[in-house]
Amino acid sequence: MTVGLGAYLTLAAVLFAIGFFGVVTRRNTIGILLGIELMLNAVNINLVAFARYNADVVGMVFTTFTIPITVAEVALGLAIVILIFRMKRTAIADHLDILRG
Amino acid sequence: MSLEVVTFWALCVLLIGSALAVVLTKNLFHSVLYLALSLTATAGVFLALDAEFLAAVQLLLYAGGVVTIVVFAIVVTERLVGERITQTSRHILAGLVLAGALLLALLRVLRGADLPVERQVITVDVTRAIGQVLLTEFVLPFELLAVLLLVGLLGALYFARPEE
Repeated sequence: MTVGLGAYLTLAAVLFAIGFFGVVTRRNTIGILLGIELMLNAVNINLVAFARYNADVVGMVFTTFTIPITVAEVALGLAIVILIFRMKRTAIADHLDILRG
Repeated sequence: MSLEVVTFWALCVLLIGSALAVVLTKNLFHSVLYLALSLTATAGVFLALDAEFLAAVQLLLYAGGVVTIVVFAIVVTERLVGERITQTSRHILAGLVLAGALLLALLRVLRGADLPVERQVITVDVTRAIGQVLLTEFVLPFELLAVLLLVGLLGALYFARPEE
């Protein structure tokens, strides 16, 4: 019995759904960012799994691109969260309705 | 049951358990610690897929960098507001339905797809091959990534600057 590509893709799909659940249900902006992290991780697992089972390293090269981009995204996202926190004294996404028309 | 299967299921339990803890824990700080655990488990998945370099990058950048930044942000925001941040979730049922529908759709596509069961043999050193492809075929995106990181650094500094 071996572990096929489908098993890894299923694991990534479950992880993606869990991250999506976190993004939809969390009220705290930092909590939403953590959910996005989980979803991006699922994508990385998919890329590496496809690369391994097809013996093509390009998927792994893509992962070396996505990981730094994610880190930059988290750094900027948290900078925005801290900035909003200083202005509005809240980290709850529902209270951030200053763009309302 | 071979070692490969046992490793895969152990990683599955660890990864999915810690991911569920990330989205369900009340305490935001515990949530970040569980995220660190799930990121480490992801590094384990990369190891199981013979991507040693990516596992190391994952540990250094994600489990090291991202978790540190998030903990830092939580500490700063808690100090600004002067109280512990507890986080609540809303619309749990609606979120459950949405996430479940997404998962079902993904699994349906996976079931219909013709996926390989056996791994093709990689004869070369994976880390060396990644480096070679990165600096030949993908050298332009690689350089653009450097620019992106610089822009990200400057942007974060701009946002977090002290108030005049």
